[in-house]
Amino acid sequence: MALTREQIAIRVARELQDGYYVNLGIGIPTLVANYVPEGMEVMLQSENGLLGMGPFPTEDQIDADMINAGKQTVTAATGASIFSSAESFAMIRGGHVDLTVLGAFEVDVEGNIASYMIPGKLIKGMGGAMDLVAGADNIIVTMTHASKHGESKLLTKCSLPLTGAGCIKKVLTDLAYLEIEDGAFILKERAPGISVEEIIAKTEGKLIVPDHVPEMVF
Amino acid sequence: MSGFDKVVHSYEEAMAGLEDGMTVIAGGFGLCGIPENLIAQMKKMGTKDLTIVSNNCGVDGFGLGILLEDRQVKKMVSSYVGENALFMEQLLAGELEVELTPQGTLAEKMRAGGAGIPAFFTATGYGTPVAEGKEVREFNGRNYIMEESVTGDFAIVKGWKADRYGNVIYRHTAQNFNPMAATAGKITVVEVEEIVEPGELDPSQIHTPGIYVDRLILGTFEKRIEQRTVRK
Repeated sequence: MALTREQIAIRVARELQDGYYVNLGIGIPTLVANYVPEGMEVMLQSENGLLGMGPFPTEDQIDADMINAGKQTVTAATGASIFSSAESFAMIRGGHVDLTVLGAFEVDVEGNIASYMIPGKLIKGMGGAMDLVAGADNIIVTMTHASKHGESKLLTKCSLPLTGAGCIKKVLTDLAYLEIEDGAFILKERAPGISVEEIIAKTEGKLIVPDHVPEMVF
Repeated sequence: MSGFDKVVHSYEEAMAGLEDGMTVIAGGFGLCGIPENLIAQMKKMGTKDLTIVSNNCGVDGFGLGILLEDRQVKKMVSSYVGENALFMEQLLAGELEVELTPQGTLAEKMRAGGAGIPAFFTATGYGTPVAEGKEVREFNGRNYIMEESVTGDFAIVKGWKADRYGNVIYRHTAQNFNPMAATAGKITVVEVEEIVEPGELDPSQIHTPGIYVDRLILGTFEKRIEQRTVRK
């Protein structure tokens, strides 16, 4: 079975380490916050200017001046700090964030990522995504492996306008966890019940398959 | 009052001198920390052909979105404009120009503009459509693109508290782009929720020192929420 949104978040959460500062993108990456292992402390960075994002507020706590990068009302966690957008992106661009998780439309074997624009269809803008992929060393891209029609999103070369060039090394799809190295995807793990053959069939870019590809366990 | 008193008493006075074709830098992220009354005054004035530098363009019917209703905006410089149907309509019809700018680059363009730095190099956007036509230089084995800073004829800013001298404090994440915007206007106008006497604010807690502020006005704010999310 392909991974559910929650399983993708659970798998990403296994990459967290105690003391990490983490930026979670909109959508599935946001769910990772629900699966921080017990006893581990991570601080969530929200690029509109909040380090130490807490849970959503209760009805009584709602404050229009307290939002996250998804424009949702949030609270500040204990020990949080709040600052300007310039300061926030100094943290991001300066490589101070330990892990960035974001979604994508396409990635390719060169580590390129396309995530912000579909010409003629979707022209909303890149927000902070270009800064995040340029500034972070440790990035996990979460995405579906192929479109509804079975077309691969893991490509030899991205077809959509790029968000960043040569910056992606780790990709978690609904079918597999892969790393990008020397111009190829390397299949590291597969989703429970998903065959290596299916992953090969749905990966357009060069794929290296080791002899043993462990199944993820949930 | 002293020569440092920045307080004006009407929104007409606050935005006096705004003319067709000017560039206006606006603070705010989504609808959070936006100078909503200064924007409303711009709508009232009917000024046209404006270039607006702001992370977003409000929503339909609120924030900067209201300036689209009478086609006052010629060009937007923003990182994300996805919350606004009228914006998309005018963009696709070719009536509105947009310069999509990465959020961190946008913040730094304002910061640099206000700090007298004409341009800077950043890795953000290298190898993407954002880099088109921009100078590329290599530093320590990595490629960077040159981004020019931005200044405005006006900067419009939303603060929380200020003293009469224009020393401003922002509240929570309503800070966002406001401190950089405040530095980057030839005329910087700040609207706040409370104005106090000089000496009442702790000098070490000031976000925007009064030197950047030309006009200060006391407002009342709707503070609309874009995504009301609560804990279950």
